[in-house]
Amino acid sequence: MRKQIEGSRAVAEAVAMCRPGVIAAYPISPQTHIVEALSDLVSLGRVGTCRYLMVESEFGAMSACIGASAAGARAYTATSSQGLLFMAEALPNASGLRLPVVMTVANRALGAPINIWNDHSDAMSQRDAGWIQLFAASNQDAVDLHVQAFALAEQLSVPVMVCMDGFVLTHAVEDVDLPSQEQVDAVLPPFRPIQVLDPDDPITIGAMVGPEAFTEVKFLEAHRQLRALDAVQEAAERYRDVVGRDTGGLTTSYRLDDAEVAVVALGSVLGAAADVVDDLRAAGVAVGTLGVTCFRPWPLDEIRDALSGVSRVIVLNRAFSVGSGSILGADVRLSLAAEETSVYDVVLGLGGRPVTRAVLRRLLDDVLDGQVSDSVLSFPDLDVDLVARELDREGPDRPQAVSRGELGADEWGKAWT
Amino acid sequence: MTFEVRFHGRGGQGVVTAAELLSIAAFSQGLRALAFPSFGSERTGAPVVSYCRIDDRPIRAHDPVSEPQAVVVQDPTLLHLPGVLDGLTDDGYLLVNSSGSPASLGLAELAPQLQPRHVVTVAATDLARTALGRPLPNTALLGALAGLTGVVGLASLQAAIRERFGAVAGDLNAGLAEQGLVLATGGSRRHA
Repeated sequence: MRKQIEGSRAVAEAVAMCRPGVIAAYPISPQTHIVEALSDLVSLGRVGTCRYLMVESEFGAMSACIGASAAGARAYTATSSQGLLFMAEALPNASGLRLPVVMTVANRALGAPINIWNDHSDAMSQRDAGWIQLFAASNQDAVDLHVQAFALAEQLSVPVMVCMDGFVLTHAVEDVDLPSQEQVDAVLPPFRPIQVLDPDDPITIGAMVGPEAFTEVKFLEAHRQLRALDAVQEAAERYRDVVGRDTGGLTTSYRLDDAEVAVVALGSVLGAAADVVDDLRAAGVAVGTLGVTCFRPWPLDEIRDALSGVSRVIVLNRAFSVGSGSILGADVRLSLAAEETSVYDVVLGLGGRPVTRAVLRRLLDDVLDGQVSDSVLSFPDLDVDLVARELDREGPDRPQAVSRGELGADEWGKAWT
Repeated sequence: MTFEVRFHGRGGQGVVTAAELLSIAAFSQGLRALAFPSFGSERTGAPVVSYCRIDDRPIRAHDPVSEPQAVVVQDPTLLHLPGVLDGLTDDGYLLVNSSGSPASLGLAELAPQLQPRHVVTVAATDLARTALGRPLPNTALLGALAGLTGVVGLASLQAAIRERFGAVAGDLNAGLAEQGLVLATGGSRRHA
């Protein structure tokens, strides 16, 4: 049913229709509205026999989800930012123990400096935790992906993180078509755990594994993650067949078929990018977008194939690895290792700085004009003068491009080496 | 057709709710609408901005409204803050919550590109104090916005207001919306 509804509320209603048995969560902006709404729905008796656990922290939330899932309950939580980091100790336990917990991450920057606004630093910091990571490009996507996430998690016995842009999506009130309870039930059968902690039939879950077998256990975990690539696609197809909406599976593309230039991104920025694509197409530029819905496991071959006809790829990174470089861009380069494609690796939209259509249009124009290097990480929305002043105060230890004086302030923002 | 509104006010004045209600009214008329806030840690009294983007086609972009066709200022002490009137289009509307006239606030100087009849003040806080006993100017201003711009009808707006606020407060706020509309349009516009 179509509703004009806040993204958080829509996700809460979708999660409720997934009939979770246990919800354990600790509030943190911008995730709060999701768990508040779920708390209301549970107390109104609209989520069956679901138990909503008030926990003392995010660490407690994930630990409770792990215990509940091991005992055979469908378990759900949600968090953001440092809340996710506070769960970090428990996250590889959920994946290592093959517990199909589903978690929403309302993406937000990591402090310090403290910043409550949106980027992808939180989810990126946990990309190696063994969880499947799905990124929603819209609130419609967020609703649809949550239903698929439970089905996927339980089919594979792997936990799934559904990432949605904090504030930009969580606090946006817009048109969302919620599936019916019957449709959700058809996509998501009752949870049948692969093993259950039961006092009447005791087993051990999570025994110590020494050097004699740890590598093999980890290999199998990685192997199952890669097998999940097929399952993600199948879950999307099953959802499409039942609900009638195609979420695309591993990736989504827009006007990519004959494109010479492609914008690759995660999350809600894809909407603004699609508008810019239409503008540029009207001006005769063959450009399209590729949205990565499934970031973990990384769809190596599918990304390569999707970008096969493209000569220039612009990767929008909304988080980066300090001291190394891009994260999403590095994976895209991995997919394109054997190709001739130029990859323009761009960091923007950190800590809530809006990635507007104007910013994207300028970036695309600069790439088309040959103004952006494909060999360095670029920061197109950086206040170059401010950074240069700060570095001047700190003395001679400055990025080479500036101290050599070879690049003007404008260019330096694009040429962080 | 695209119509974008930016609301400026203070935490506690219903700035975020105003954008949401406008979006719900638009949705009920078969339009697409996106309402979203831009605020930090929620604090009563701190400046808050919210946006509403309305279109007859699906809305994909979630970026902030930078060139609004209407700016609603729920607290006139914000008028001189940087950015409040930024990007307001030449054919746009400026609606300010004040018991003073546009001239007394110097609105023509602040937004010289606007047609004089598109620059309006409504004493929305006074109306709300009388009707609700609380200084919540948002619903009267929404009625004024609907009357000025025609972007949504009063009936849709009142339905959204009643849905949000329930029986008693819903009726009072729906009445405020109508009062706002009548004041902003000089009572000249017939409405359902």
